[in-house]
Amino acid sequence: MGILESLKALLFGKHDVGGEKQDVKPEPARKTDAVKEAGKPADVIVEKKASIIKEPKEEKPVADKITVGHVHMSGCTGCLVSFADNYEGLLTILDKYADLVYCLTLADVRHIPEMDVALVEGSVCIQDHIAVEEIIETRKNAKIVVALGACACYGNITRFARGGQQNQPQHESYLPIGDLIDVDVYIPGCAPTPQQIRNVCVMAYLLLKGNDEQKALAGAYLTPLMNLAKAGTEACGCDVMYNVINQGLCMGCGSCAAACPVRAITMVYGKPQVERDLCIKCGACYAQCPRSFFSFDVVNQYEGIIDAIDAALQP
Amino acid sequence: MVLGNYKQVIAARSTDAEILRGSQDGGIVTQLFAYALDAGIIDGAIVAGPSDEPFKPEPMVATTREELLASRGTRYSISPNMSLIKEVTRSYGLDKVGVVGTPCQIQALRKGQLYPVGLRDVPDKIALAIGIFCMENFPYQSIIQLVEDHGATALENVSKLDIGKGKFWIYTERGATVQIPLKVTHKYEQPGCHVCLDYVSNLADISTGSVGTPDGWSTVFVRSANGDDIWAKAIAAGAFETKPIDSVKPGIELVTKLATEKITKNQQYIEDRKTKFTVGKELRNPYI
Repeated sequence: MGILESLKALLFGKHDVGGEKQDVKPEPARKTDAVKEAGKPADVIVEKKASIIKEPKEEKPVADKITVGHVHMSGCTGCLVSFADNYEGLLTILDKYADLVYCLTLADVRHIPEMDVALVEGSVCIQDHIAVEEIIETRKNAKIVVALGACACYGNITRFARGGQQNQPQHESYLPIGDLIDVDVYIPGCAPTPQQIRNVCVMAYLLLKGNDEQKALAGAYLTPLMNLAKAGTEACGCDVMYNVINQGLCMGCGSCAAACPVRAITMVYGKPQVERDLCIKCGACYAQCPRSFFSFDVVNQYEGIIDAIDAALQP
Repeated sequence: MVLGNYKQVIAARSTDAEILRGSQDGGIVTQLFAYALDAGIIDGAIVAGPSDEPFKPEPMVATTREELLASRGTRYSISPNMSLIKEVTRSYGLDKVGVVGTPCQIQALRKGQLYPVGLRDVPDKIALAIGIFCMENFPYQSIIQLVEDHGATALENVSKLDIGKGKFWIYTERGATVQIPLKVTHKYEQPGCHVCLDYVSNLADISTGSVGTPDGWSTVFVRSANGDDIWAKAIAAGAFETKPIDSVKPGIELVTKLATEKITKNQQYIEDRKTKFTVGKELRNPYI
């Protein structure tokens, strides 16, 4: 649990957290203060230090957790930052549901290990043989491969790459991972939102470790994102024209305009007007559209699902 | 299940004369937001505000009672309220957002809360979602077509538009009334409405519409736990006058009847999209 501890230390500035296993003698006054503050995982740790008995802190049984890795291809790390922007929620996820077994910036692991879920960020430069080997390795070693963010799903801004940059000018061909390996789940968006990543994490856990009812719900929740992965590796603002307006399905709600990270979509007379030169091909507009996919089985239970996710993320 | 889940259904109208003066029916949406604003339940609400063109709604963030009053009444045209759902938490800086929408817009909202693909930090900030009843909507150009062509009336002279009793009603400033049978208006409906399977905003916290209650009143469905809580507070604050729904005419049966009609018709259309437009192909079905 080195990662978790150091993350907590990083986020909450309690640099002594890592040292707790050696020797602990907290001042009683400080202890009560920390307990009163309440709610913060780091404070909970401080409270536990009060137990005078010197033994390794008991973690939640690791057997119930799934193993997750973050694989970094050609991306900006924005997706990982977005994941981290769940703040305490991230700690709860790492505490209760998932062990981070591979992560360029957070886990000291060099080669891609076996894992339940690989979150892949970024597209793959096919002139970079290490990237190609890694994505192949990822597919071999992960049960579920999730394309995290628009570059991995659709190429996103890297679709416009044409090489010539220093210091590897020959690196010019960037492909969404779905063009090289089978991908199970897409999380589109640039960056994908912390809440969307969180929801997928909780649902993936329920799918792998939940009871039958939870598995059914998680399956229903993840199905549209799996279907996106099957649907291909191209996305554009044009999708809301091709697949929604052209199909006679648009009712002018404006979700696409709200979702667009570059404000390429405005609503003109109740329909999206896409400024195609601004589009970065992230796929958020189409995935956000209620007429791209809509499952009554899932959305009708919105109250229960939101409550369940909130409860799951309580430390 | 055509009416969705609800905890209670009642007939209600605002107790505020100023709100009622410009409201479509019972002034439920305006009154609820005005109350929620006062009570600090919301910081503001996304509503269909006025625009430069007559009867063309424009999504607007209302943070004052005056702004709410300016957006009273039904416009029967598309107001893409969801287009502001992220902006309202950004440049407007709202933490507790109210939003009013048609059934499809409330569906978009709930999908957005469960699948916030491009709605960072938005899902937790929805404090009150009010849905309205909706049979279908019209693009603004269709309103022009109906009022100016079929109704032979200049839109800037219109004081109120209404749909009821099988007709599209145009009331002018000078007191004239023009009526157009709905069978004429059907072809001008927004195409996307024809795959909609929700009449009474099943996914809203509270949904409301004129159908089922006498003129000047509205039918109100209280649906979610959150909606129930806010409705109880609003009643306690004296914001609404209510009657049991079974004490009013035409009553809940009419709502059920119209909801069933809409959903049956649109389910048929969704089926037809699989076979009647194509050979060996299907038009896309958004529902999975």
